[in-house]
Amino acid sequence: MLKFTEEHEWLKIEGGVATVGITTYAVDQLGDLVFVELPEVGATFSKNGNAATVESVKAASDVYCPLDGEITEVNPAIVADPSLVNSDPQGAGWFFKLKLANAADADGLLDEAAYKELTA
Amino acid sequence: MDDTAALKKTPLHALHLSLGARMVPFAGYDMPVQYPAGVMKEHLHTRAEAGLFDVSHMGQVIVKAKSGSYEDAALALESLVPVDILGLAEGRQRYGFFTDDTGCILDDLMITHLDDHLFIVVNASCKEADLAHLQAHIGDRCDITLLNRALIALQGPRAVEVLAELWADVAAMKFMDVRHCRLHDVSCLVSRSGYSGEDGFEISIPVDKAEDVTMRLLEHPDVQAIGLGARDSLRLEAGLCLYGNDIDTTTSPVEAALEWAMQKARRGNGARAGGFPGSGRILSELENGAARRRVGLKPEGKAPVRGHAKLYADAEGKIEIGEVTSGGFGPSVEGPVAMGYVPVSHAAAGTLVYAEVRGKYLPTTVSALPFVTPTYKR
Repeated sequence: MLKFTEEHEWLKIEGGVATVGITTYAVDQLGDLVFVELPEVGATFSKNGNAATVESVKAASDVYCPLDGEITEVNPAIVADPSLVNSDPQGAGWFFKLKLANAADADGLLDEAAYKELTA
Repeated sequence: MDDTAALKKTPLHALHLSLGARMVPFAGYDMPVQYPAGVMKEHLHTRAEAGLFDVSHMGQVIVKAKSGSYEDAALALESLVPVDILGLAEGRQRYGFFTDDTGCILDDLMITHLDDHLFIVVNASCKEADLAHLQAHIGDRCDITLLNRALIALQGPRAVEVLAELWADVAAMKFMDVRHCRLHDVSCLVSRSGYSGEDGFEISIPVDKAEDVTMRLLEHPDVQAIGLGARDSLRLEAGLCLYGNDIDTTTSPVEAALEWAMQKARRGNGARAGGFPGSGRILSELENGAARRRVGLKPEGKAPVRGHAKLYADAEGKIEIGEVTSGGFGPSVEGPVAMGYVPVSHAAAGTLVYAEVRGKYLPTTVSALPFVTPTYKR
């Protein structure tokens, strides 16, 4: 199940765990990323909590936790090479995996068609 | 109402849009922050080949003595800047700044001795205030005229070859030389200067020919349009101050490490010592130093440290010692770079300080400026 937020994150949800990243649209707005800071594995966040930070040449931006949950895995490859997020934002440029506190919360997020409409 | 409706446009505005620029408000103008290539590639292209920047938002001003003599214009301007203007040879340019009565900086500017008058270029954000300042203090002796012309910068190691294809004489110009040139049969004013740390030129063009001359330069395979984003990262790596960030009405020239711009003639025992606003403080600081100083800062990690980050002497953030005034990622340095003010006790290159970023205290080394080696043709 692929979901999106109005803050330009995507979530690929499988068995109550969401793989989270930022959308192609977000990356186009940010430009070349030069730094990524990821949360600790085991950290818990509420929806809209500051889970990660990305920095472009120009500015820093927060990446919000899209739903309540616990971080089970992060992607060290984007810390080593932030340009991976630019080149493949919805694939190899994923940020973290989030074990959802309540799997049904995902129903309230945008589906792909609604997100496309939002960013059209 | 559209937010951008009130913004002014440079003569190259339509060209920026046609090149796919992302436009942002800057100093009251709708300006290109980047083109489709993006800040990183634009920055690296400028250092490797040649970048073309629209800086038409800046104020181009003629200061001409009513007497018609250069000397009178020079002496009038010397009453507002701690710079040797009388000793500036014809066709030469010099960096300077307007000071206020407290010895701080009202604006920084480029000053050229052109024929029998002065040609100055001031920051867009200070343009109106600078004109009023000039009018109020030397308007009785000089005619102050804001020119309606475009200004572009062509910067980078290929700039000289590209421009010499249009006007061969530019190749013989030295850093800070200024010449009248005809580019594609358009009368332009060319200076061998810029704000990127690279060799290059700034070219003042009549408004009605600006797009034509610019497009012809962009047709050259080595030339690429560069936005304000890369302009900022280039000047930061070059250790150059951005007015409003690194220097303003709370910083003195000596605090800002700009002693090099104040020549002997205007200092303590010089032929025309003092005689500019705030000279008491500035002459004293030239003699004795200031309590704090602008320095280069190199964060140890990968995280950029940006303007307004607080600086500490200790890793726990207990002893605050200063603030970052400009900072970001340096594409040529391949890491974060910044500038800021620290007490002279912490201003020596190699001193370890700590910058606060998102609640962490990041080890940051005071570094000599610039971060890249300038390639000016002296």
